[in-house]
Amino acid sequence: MTKAGSNLSLDGQGNPVWLLLELTYKCPLKCAFCSNPTDLDAYGNELNTAEWKKVIHEARSMGAMQIGFSGGEPTLHKDLEELVAEANDLGYYTNLITSGIGLTRKRLENLKAAGLRHIQLGFQSDHRETAHWLAGVDCYDKKISIAREIKSLGFPMVLNVPISSINIHQVPGIIELATEIGVEYLELANVQYYNWALVNRNQLMPTREALEKAELQVAEARARLGDRITIFFVIPDYYEDRPKACMNGWGSIHLTIAPDGVALPCSQARAIPGLDFPSVRDHDLRWIWHESDSFNIYRGDSWMKEPCRSCSEKEIDFGGCRCQAMLLTGDAANADPACSKSPHHHIIQQAVAKALQTEQDHKHLIARDVGWVSTEVWHNDLDTN
Amino acid sequence: MTDSKNHNSLSRFHIAPVFMFRWEESQQSYVLMYPEGIVKLNQTAGEILNRCDGTNTVDDIILQLSELFSEQSEFIEPRVHQFLEVCHDKGWIQPQS
Repeated sequence: MTKAGSNLSLDGQGNPVWLLLELTYKCPLKCAFCSNPTDLDAYGNELNTAEWKKVIHEARSMGAMQIGFSGGEPTLHKDLEELVAEANDLGYYTNLITSGIGLTRKRLENLKAAGLRHIQLGFQSDHRETAHWLAGVDCYDKKISIAREIKSLGFPMVLNVPISSINIHQVPGIIELATEIGVEYLELANVQYYNWALVNRNQLMPTREALEKAELQVAEARARLGDRITIFFVIPDYYEDRPKACMNGWGSIHLTIAPDGVALPCSQARAIPGLDFPSVRDHDLRWIWHESDSFNIYRGDSWMKEPCRSCSEKEIDFGGCRCQAMLLTGDAANADPACSKSPHHHIIQQAVAKALQTEQDHKHLIARDVGWVSTEVWHNDLDTN
Repeated sequence: MTDSKNHNSLSRFHIAPVFMFRWEESQQSYVLMYPEGIVKLNQTAGEILNRCDGTNTVDDIILQLSELFSEQSEFIEPRVHQFLEVCHDKGWIQPQS
């Protein structure tokens, strides 16, 4: 591979580059690793098509270039094609992030005609039964058949497979299947523990040995398959010494609009209590991005506490993930406990140890569902003593 | 250096279908977009890729860039070849068949 390159690092020059529209939290699947809120039924008041279009226009005028239509399941939105066409006309690169359930050949043709550029298909396993366990619904055949339709229409395609203890041993088979379908990109994304995945953390956490084996299998496949497919292996931050550079920093380039119009610096940010995230129904996007307290609070590095404040790596990972810091240490301004420099790092280590002592069996997975109420007191892990 | 491993002076390239290449006013630069990613190109890189339209040969591109930047083609030529090699390796461009 040639080393010299001419790509510059891209930032938004103070503006959003990435606009993610969560058109709805509704979804026909019940994935145990879902990153949507666990109180799904609390957000029913979804934006209408005219309101979504206003958001699409405002963000583009601010400089956003990539747009993702996500959810929930975005194909449940009846005007998806109309929104894609609007975004494409404005010059966005349009991404559809879907389970594939609800897509048909006809719908794909209409999306193609509307200017859709790329489809990311969520996928669970190359085994029908495992896919059923993880998605909570028998959807394997439908997904395979829609993956082939997507490719036959010439869409570039990312197959996104959340990896956990349940399917990590299937990595070679998943790579084989992805290659056979002909996808350009395979994203093996180690599950990140938010919302439903956090509820199921003890069941989903793989062992370090399983991770290392999977990494070797990925390396072997990359060498063997060369240009045929690009395989991303998204690191599991619980096993890393450093946190992920979450969202490239808070309020840096990424803007999520939740189904009810609430603007978020990342899809998980609702996990942080006390932040009053503004709605696009009440404010224009420029004000939300530049002026609102909730977008400014963790922007830059003046909010940082030690050890982040004086850390030589703070411009690499921005202190990690604010939501994870909140969920696990009780303060979003703390260092992400995934970092070994964090005084709370033992919480991560204890979580791994606890998960690996748990009897892991797919029968214990809690499927995403409305009306679910936590009965396990898992946030006792916050106890740092 | 006139020829590289993947092309010669008469090769023609087009932008690979996965990618979307265009001018972005807010960045004052050409950008190359792909699933979940963006590459911002510096001026020379952008001008070279903008000419990978399936009709210009590599020699055409060298000539046009020499004029655009008022440089000798001997100076431009190896740089164009090298950059096209990079682009090909990265999968951004494909040879016109």
